[in-house]
Amino acid sequence: MSALPTRKDEAWRYSDLAAVARHWPVAVEPVAVPAGETQASIIRASDEAIRHLAINIGAGAAYRVTILDAGRSYGRIALDVTLHDGADFQLGAILIGQGAQTIELVTTVRHVGPGATSRQIVRAVAGGTATTSYLGQVAVAREGQKTDASQSFKAILLNRGATANAKPELEIFADDVKCAHGATVGEIDGQALFYMTSRGIPPMQARALLTRAFLSDALEGLDEATTEALDAEISALLGTAA
Amino acid sequence: MLVIDNLTAEVDGKPILKGLTLTVNAGGVHAIMGPNGSGKSTLSYVLAGRAGYEVTGGSVTFRGEDLLAKAPHERAAAGLFLGLQYPVEIPGVSNLLFLRTALNAQRTLRGEAEASGAEFMKLAKAAAEKLGLPFDMMKRAVNQGFSGGEKKRNEMVQMHILRPHFAVLDETDSGLDIDALRVVSDGINAMRGPDQATLLITHYQRLLDYVVPDSIHVLMDGRIVHSGGAELAHKLEAEGYSAIAA
Repeated sequence: MSALPTRKDEAWRYSDLAAVARHWPVAVEPVAVPAGETQASIIRASDEAIRHLAINIGAGAAYRVTILDAGRSYGRIALDVTLHDGADFQLGAILIGQGAQTIELVTTVRHVGPGATSRQIVRAVAGGTATTSYLGQVAVAREGQKTDASQSFKAILLNRGATANAKPELEIFADDVKCAHGATVGEIDGQALFYMTSRGIPPMQARALLTRAFLSDALEGLDEATTEALDAEISALLGTAA
Repeated sequence: MLVIDNLTAEVDGKPILKGLTLTVNAGGVHAIMGPNGSGKSTLSYVLAGRAGYEVTGGSVTFRGEDLLAKAPHERAAAGLFLGLQYPVEIPGVSNLLFLRTALNAQRTLRGEAEASGAEFMKLAKAAAEKLGLPFDMMKRAVNQGFSGGEKKRNEMVQMHILRPHFAVLDETDSGLDIDALRVVSDGINAMRGPDQATLLITHYQRLLDYVVPDSIHVLMDGRIVHSGGAELAHKLEAEGYSAIAA
């Protein structure tokens, strides 16, 4: 795609198109995980940019991506993932939108061989007039029997001016597959907030604690040192949120 | 300790407390009993400062200060504790982190030094052991997957760690089996001291057999309509609220 996208393009409907124009065209970055290998990467995105990764996961290979996207006026990460026989893809993404920021995550996960698994957990928090969006497509080819795919998106809005968009999409051509998806948008649990303040925790600190707990789903399964490092970064980011 | 004077409050524009007056002195245990909808839980939420519980008149003085002028977390730091009827589950936040954050936030607000990790763990272990809550549950997310009895024990563990001057316990006895009731009662009794007072809100006289109150007050339609000694509980049980109010 080399023509500048417009509002009519479904995948760009919620974008900041003025920012997109500054970064167009976007070069696709190839990532190849050879058959049988296990790889992991962490993407920390904090400068305005659009990234488009084409990830090819070979037969029996496993790839895990952790994304912490926060602190940039416009950011978009697109992942095109292709899974071959028995491959495994895990995504844990945290999107934090503050002020007037627009943060987008777009994934297309293609199960082209049988027996592959994919699991996507995306957690977003938006304050101010920020927009966080997740567009997630899972496409299972006719050959993708015994596919096991799941995607879960949950967002909380810190105030009324903030927006969260979720667009899960399943396209399945095989007849023996498991595909689960769920999306919720809500706000910080008022009962939990009252409970915490009634025990002496100031409201700002209570909100940060609850938000961090909500986001931590996306870090599940990471080793302790990585989790702690990311947790500390998230705490610092939330300290300036709301 | 606590002086409530002619307190009126409403929820969603509907008057619930209609001129409630009550004084609890230091060292005392008072109980409030009353039928459903009389305003018992509203009183506890008004004291704790929950949003949506609007005070429309009267005053509450706590240890010489205007309680109603303080935010909920400031009330806690001043020494108020509310034991909830339905303790809230907080996924993703461990009991230990929750309590340590609460204890240190209170201490900071009072201008005291924060508890070190070792000091806090000692307090937490002692409280959990005293209230019969397995220490493993202290590491789990707050109240998540806890049974009704375990949640109430957890409230008592929190009270023992935070050591409030004044505890309002809203139906802490509901949903407890006899053994748990005894443990929780022992926990309440162990808190009693010259600089501490407790307000028990309950439906049943059973709890008051274990935690013997100095006074019992009957709350009906937003007002205290009758006060008496510990013997009043048995009379209420036998004759019902309407007979007492008449």
